[in-house]
Amino acid sequence: MNSLIPLLVAAPLAGAALLLLGGRAFDRFGHWLATALAALSFGFGLALFSSMLGRDAEERAVTEHLFSWIPVNGFQADVSFRLDQLSMTFVLLITGVGTLIHLYSVGYMAHDERRRRFFAYLNLFLAAMLLLVVADNYLLLYFGWEGVGLASYLLIGFWQHKPSAATAAKKAFIVNRVGDLGLSIAIMLMFVEFGSFAFEPVFATADSASEGKLTAIGLMLLLAACGKSAQVPLQSWLGDAMEGPTPVSALIHAATMVTAGVYLITRSGAIFNLAPDAQTAVVVVGAVTLLFGAIVGCAKDDIKKALAGSTMSQIGYMILAAGLGPIGYAFAIMHLVTHGFFKAGLFLGAGSVMHGMNDEVNMRHYGGLRKYMPVTFVTFGLGYLAIIGFPGLSGFFSKDKIIEAAFAKGGTEGWILGLCALTGAAVTAFYMTRVMILTFFGEKRWQPDAEGHEPHPHESPRTMTVPMILLAVGSVFAGGLFAFNSSFLHWLEPVTGHEEGNSPLAPLVVTLLTSACMVAGVALSYLVYGRSAVPVVPPYGSPLTRAARRDLLQDDFNHAVLVRPGSALTAALVYFDSRGLDGFVNGLAATIGGVSSRLRRIQNGHVRTYALSMFGGTLVLVATTLLMRSV
Amino acid sequence: MNPVNYLYLSALLFTIGASGVLIRRNAIVLFMCVELMLNASNLALVTFSRMHGNLDGQIIAFFTMVVAAAEVVVGLAIIVSIFRTRHSASVDDSNLMKL
Repeated sequence: MNSLIPLLVAAPLAGAALLLLGGRAFDRFGHWLATALAALSFGFGLALFSSMLGRDAEERAVTEHLFSWIPVNGFQADVSFRLDQLSMTFVLLITGVGTLIHLYSVGYMAHDERRRRFFAYLNLFLAAMLLLVVADNYLLLYFGWEGVGLASYLLIGFWQHKPSAATAAKKAFIVNRVGDLGLSIAIMLMFVEFGSFAFEPVFATADSASEGKLTAIGLMLLLAACGKSAQVPLQSWLGDAMEGPTPVSALIHAATMVTAGVYLITRSGAIFNLAPDAQTAVVVVGAVTLLFGAIVGCAKDDIKKALAGSTMSQIGYMILAAGLGPIGYAFAIMHLVTHGFFKAGLFLGAGSVMHGMNDEVNMRHYGGLRKYMPVTFVTFGLGYLAIIGFPGLSGFFSKDKIIEAAFAKGGTEGWILGLCALTGAAVTAFYMTRVMILTFFGEKRWQPDAEGHEPHPHESPRTMTVPMILLAVGSVFAGGLFAFNSSFLHWLEPVTGHEEGNSPLAPLVVTLLTSACMVAGVALSYLVYGRSAVPVVPPYGSPLTRAARRDLLQDDFNHAVLVRPGSALTAALVYFDSRGLDGFVNGLAATIGGVSSRLRRIQNGHVRTYALSMFGGTLVLVATTLLMRSV
Repeated sequence: MNPVNYLYLSALLFTIGASGVLIRRNAIVLFMCVELMLNASNLALVTFSRMHGNLDGQIIAFFTMVVAAAEVVVGLAIIVSIFRTRHSASVDDSNLMKL
């Protein structure tokens, strides 16, 4: 059974290879092949899951050694896989949601002439992400990590004829590189400290290392997680990544890529548990990002960018929970899975809306779409209810648990984190209600597109609606299923451990507070957007609104703090190089050249001159010899 | 007779030869001057041989003669071929070997 683990990765990888190398022969059926291989991988995942359920909780983790990758004395890198409850959860999420997104893309990309390539990249994305989560050592994880970066680059820049898409792809790749640097440094530190980078020896001997070193490793892992999961300060690529086709956004935001950071921190729990300072950094990053993303989401008129802000914010919740230690790991993953369902559903819904509206993304040009796209409306609406934490739906259970865990951190820290998380819940309800009202309610504000075509909104084809319906079902029931009898907690507990914190508030109080915040957010949003007509041209807005429209000045900040000093530094170095170093070298060469062109005159071609110099030389030699003898 | 006188003669001949090489332009004369210098040194070598009472100097003198003979063969051939192409035996006219 364990030999199925490599096949999990191999199936989509084979799809990517076939579609990329197979050429035009695969144009006609390549997309179905890719979808089938993703589904096959999901099938393998289900088979492994059922066999895992058949074993006792302690014996569920299995490792499968495939081959020795780099066997050098004292440095053993293996291609071996580890499948435990944590990676199993990710495998099912990635392949399940991934397959649905593949299916959706069949309809969404039907008219794209480079469809085969698109599906090849999607398969590559799945393969890289699966490799990331089933690797049993950090080096193999890093391999998958880089593969995810590559695939995201290819997919974000898929419409490379648009300069904005090409730039966004580069931005995502470069910002991710900063995070990758953190991961590679963390792996090197681990190797120096523990002599290995496989999970088991590192986690088993983690308590032998000094706290300072563990903190350093933890902070580097956090940097890596920030890059992949778009957390402050490496969040700037996520909004621009919306330049990719919508299924890509769904895949990046729900099943792959941004979840990698949460996985990394949860997986490295043994290190973080022993480094409280690193954990503090993690919760700070999470809390800041969850508010940052939520504020950005409030101001965006582009439906995909509003959803991107919301992803940033929700991942912030997960990072916050993961930073709380054993109190929060399981809830971070639980929110990750439920978020995978409703965020994928929301993005696919947004894609469906765009599909019907001539690729219009500005929500101020939507309005009143619920009558024209009933399936999209209902599925998007269920995703919306799930994300704001409507009681009974997925997001309610998972977000509530995170807020509870934040309070349970204890002390002032717990209060601050808890209040941040509560505020985030209110703001989430506000901006998601705004998206909902602007898109599906109110009067029609439709505008003709650039070529003057009036939009004729229509429901999307079945390949697109079926995945949306399935994801909506997940958005509704997943949370309740996980929360029932704390089943998800017990499932993950052998891997992540769990402890109950000392919450100053009773769970029921937290739940009521969360729901109150949610209701307040929805009500405020209704008052602002639901009761009066929404202007087609966005109002000038307060300074905060204008800043939030510009992603809270993240690009301006990066430009001022990183780009400008960076280019000044390179300009100075270029100046030093061209004037200083080159000047010295060129000056030396010019001097030698000048002197030799003067010395050259001595070579005048006259034999007698040469003879004279020979006589002179002989004379000098003889005179010197005599002089030396006489002394 | 005091052998030192031979050395004086040798020095005189060498100086005449060297001056000729530096001053004259005609390649043949130049050549003759070189021969004069060689023979001046031969004279000195033979004298030293006599003064020191061994044969080393004389042996080297033979070597010098052989070298001089070979040099004459090659040198005259060059001079003749230069004269044929340039109709001149002046060494100052053959000054192409420069930058």
